[in-house]
Amino acid sequence: MSSLRGRVAVVGVAESDLGEVAPGLTEQDLIGQAATRALADAGIAREEVDGLFCSSSTQPAPTLNAAEYLGIRPRYSDGSNIGGSSAVSHLLYAAGAIESGLIDVALIVYGSIQRSAARKLITPAAISAWEEPFRPRWPLTMYALAASRHMHQFGTTREQLAAVAVAARAWAQLNPVAFERGPLSVADVLAARPVCDPLGVRDCCLVTDGGGALVLTSAERAREAPKPAAHLLGCGVAHWHRDISQMPDLTVTAATESGARAFAMAGLTPADVDVVELYDAFTINPILFLEDLGFCAKGEGGEFVSAGRIAPGGELPVNTNGGGLSYCHPGMYGIFTVIEAVRQLRGEAGDRQQDDVEVALAHANGAVLSSQATALLGTEATLS
Amino acid sequence: MTESPPGPWSGYQEGLARGELRFQRCGECGRAVFYPRLLCPFCGSADPAWETAAGGGTVYATTTMRPRDEAPYHVCLVDLDEGFRMMSRVDGVAPDAVRIGDRLRLLIVEEDGRPVPTFVPAERS
Ligand SMILES: [Zn+2]
Repeated sequence: MSSLRGRVAVVGVAESDLGEVAPGLTEQDLIGQAATRALADAGIAREEVDGLFCSSSTQPAPTLNAAEYLGIRPRYSDGSNIGGSSAVSHLLYAAGAIESGLIDVALIVYGSIQRSAARKLITPAAISAWEEPFRPRWPLTMYALAASRHMHQFGTTREQLAAVAVAARAWAQLNPVAFERGPLSVADVLAARPVCDPLGVRDCCLVTDGGGALVLTSAERAREAPKPAAHLLGCGVAHWHRDISQMPDLTVTAATESGARAFAMAGLTPADVDVVELYDAFTINPILFLEDLGFCAKGEGGEFVSAGRIAPGGELPVNTNGGGLSYCHPGMYGIFTVIEAVRQLRGEAGDRQQDDVEVALAHANGAVLSSQATALLGTEATLS
Repeated sequence: MTESPPGPWSGYQEGLARGELRFQRCGECGRAVFYPRLLCPFCGSADPAWETAAGGGTVYATTTMRPRDEAPYHVCLVDLDEGFRMMSRVDGVAPDAVRIGDRLRLLIVEEDGRPVPTFVPAERS
């Protein structure tokens, strides 16, 4: 199989302002902030961007908006939307475009002002006619149903779900730009306002503003970049359903496929991964993804996340930025898993920096456990 | 121009209006297909045929919605005995008393001027 392993690298990453941004800032402004900062981080001029990738919850053709705002005239334009995993899937498509010579520099962007605009999750995803009569609340109800099934089938407990939120908060306390940094215990999570059994409000992601940007180029060119390259070692995308009622088994996600594809391309196994960044829209998500990506056996995710194993100082650092649960969640969180993975590889993560990070995994989920995208990134040393 | 028969959605709604929960069974691979469509998503065959569910089912996943401004209500996924799954709710019992594995019986009710396929606990039949 021809492989993209080590052929392209992420050379620039940045967030826009996060949290609740200044009045009047738009989705496009946040994309503009993040893109400007990421290009500066990469040492690449805006005029060199010839591939533009953008997902959006509000724009049907988001690369048109972004290119116009940024003053970029791309030869390759991808506004594909598979939900919150889109930006990670864009890594694969950008890598293919760079490797095939269609483009030299890819810019992947995302932005949202969902907190300022509405104070609730903006989801263009209309509930299908087959589910709408029962008034599920997208996407909350669907994740609660998955959690109920995991608890029934494997004995996963609310305390184990809570451990995911507690670990995320402990990481967020090490991240100065995280939105929620106050103390949080398992008891706090269990006592929080119930919203959709078995999930309480602390089992659910934040609603914040925010944007992000990634700059990719060939591995050769990446070696001339001002900062150490984060080489794309493997990347995989998979999706099986759109509606939760069409998901064959609520305890097994398409991360089993996206992860297997990424690890096969990289020639790595979960044991080789030093830090893990997962899209944690709800506390059940990291449990499912740690199982489906092969960090533990199916059904053992609840126990795996307990006793501080994924928290600071634990055996496996997971969501070192504080995740969508405590750091930021502007609707489609996927791009932030890559930003944090790159920072950990570069040694730029400040108080939350892990030692000797050579391989980082970024995994994002879209819609209602529907689409999954997995990326493995590594330092220059992983290529030798 | 060739005239196509009404779409699967129409056939489904027509069934509900007559008090029937319709699904399809694939003539090639034999699997139950729901929601109804013009091909079998399992084998690709183009002739899934209408059948009517007997109405027995089992709770596959369950949740109680707890909105701030209204009473808690139930949402679940039900596995019908014929081999397909759908979203629905269980009436006639407290929402948080519903358990995965509970046996259910179909009850089509009129809601907002349209028939909606809900369920009740089987032992209440
Ligand atoms: Zn078939």
